[in-house]
Amino acid sequence: MIEGYLRADGRKGIRDAVLVVYLVECAHHVARRVVDAANDPGVQLVGFPGCYPNAYALAMMKALTTHPNVGGVVLLSLGCEGFNREELARTIAASGRPVETVVIQQAGGTRAAISAAQDAVETVRARADAAVQRVPMALSELVVGTICGGSDGTSGITANPAVGRAFDTLVDAGATCIFEETGEMIGCEGHMAIRAATPAVAQAIEASVHQAEAYYRAMGYGSFAPGNAEGGLSSQEEKSAGAYAKSGTRVIDGVIRPAEAPPGPGLYLLDVVPPGPPRFGFPNIVDNAEIAELIACGAHLTLFTTGRGSVVGSAIAPVIKVCANPETYARMGDDMDIDAGRILMGVATLADVGAEIVACVTRVAAGEPSRSEALGHQEFVLTYKDMAGEPADAAVPRGPACLVGSG
Amino acid sequence: MTIDAIRLSPDDNVVVTCRAVNQGATILVDGVALTAAETVPIGHKLAFTALDAGAGVIKYGMPIGSMTHAAQPGDWVHMHNMKSDYMPAHLRDATGDMAGEAA
Repeated sequence: MIEGYLRADGRKGIRDAVLVVYLVECAHHVARRVVDAANDPGVQLVGFPGCYPNAYALAMMKALTTHPNVGGVVLLSLGCEGFNREELARTIAASGRPVETVVIQQAGGTRAAISAAQDAVETVRARADAAVQRVPMALSELVVGTICGGSDGTSGITANPAVGRAFDTLVDAGATCIFEETGEMIGCEGHMAIRAATPAVAQAIEASVHQAEAYYRAMGYGSFAPGNAEGGLSSQEEKSAGAYAKSGTRVIDGVIRPAEAPPGPGLYLLDVVPPGPPRFGFPNIVDNAEIAELIACGAHLTLFTTGRGSVVGSAIAPVIKVCANPETYARMGDDMDIDAGRILMGVATLADVGAEIVACVTRVAAGEPSRSEALGHQEFVLTYKDMAGEPADAAVPRGPACLVGSG
Repeated sequence: MTIDAIRLSPDDNVVVTCRAVNQGATILVDGVALTAAETVPIGHKLAFTALDAGAGVIKYGMPIGSMTHAAQPGDWVHMHNMKSDYMPAHLRDATGDMAGEAA
């Protein structure tokens, strides 16, 4: 049974982290020293490097610091950066979570700020522990994201369709599932649109993939790395077809944007590509930027499929590794939760591995560390993005209009 | 049971290797014997039928690009003889240099 952490806002988490958040790179060192000194996997480091304000980064930080896996927050500011620390602190406090802000320029420099922030972590931890209630949590209350990284020719045959089987099981159980990266759905938009719950969702799916294609074309690179080719993938659309298998077969209930929570259970596509022409560069510079977006949409945990062999985890929410390639598993099995390459060896079926993934989700939700958690991985990436610009096709419904059961 | 390669959809004109296949090895896929023209690693594609230059490459029952050069059954199908119909891919060669767009 899953014993969740009930938060004041009524949401339930599967972990109980205290986040130490640097709000500019200038506060990173102080924050890292505080987290290192805590030496507690439940005290975690996240942050944003830039000095200029950014609405997307603020929205992401609000969603991440009030995520149900988070019990309390310590904000670390240098003092002069553009990040709106007051608004972030108000949002965290309004969610019922303890929050403390340490401003390095006010505290009196590095040593004083580290000392003040260590005290703040203890205060926040104590208040979070006093506030939290453990309650039963059903599989239907889980939000599960999926992503692929280091894909190869085996990913689309083993791990991705196995995650698709798991997604079908989870959606049927009433859970909320999110798949992502419209840039890795290029070529699949027609098939996805057929699975849309409504014509508005179908239109939003096609528009999001067309925008991804235009955006990546302008950037000059698709979402296709050299390792993908070494692993046997020959084109963006071949990679897409394999990635798309992660979504399973159920109806697609809506298209959401980063930091936007799905309005109800079901299956959702996370559109990560900004509208309009490129402004701040690649939509997500690396897998962990996408994992952070899935978490900001409420994902309690993420299923990460890999063929070449990724090792990353994440702050805030566990990452479960599903290894597609039996040769990779033989080399890197210590990093992997699921050996989906057995499908290629003829010793397991897609249904077997899909069921193993659901069982692993249940165990990790119940508190068992995933492999990346056990190995101490807590990666986190958040950079500049503009999700509020004008879409290339302004007639296409965005936001609530393209979600089922709204309006 | 060891599987050498699989054809993911009945419409596919390529098969995917389930293990490394050595040059000259003959493998049986859907009742058709294919002899690998060169050694191919796991997860790569072999032509299931003869493919003309310009022909669409079908995997998962979906188009995944077009042939830039012809291939015979058993030939390796990859970036040296096919390309994306959407956008070019980028490579990194063994020396670490970016090799730019695929052919």
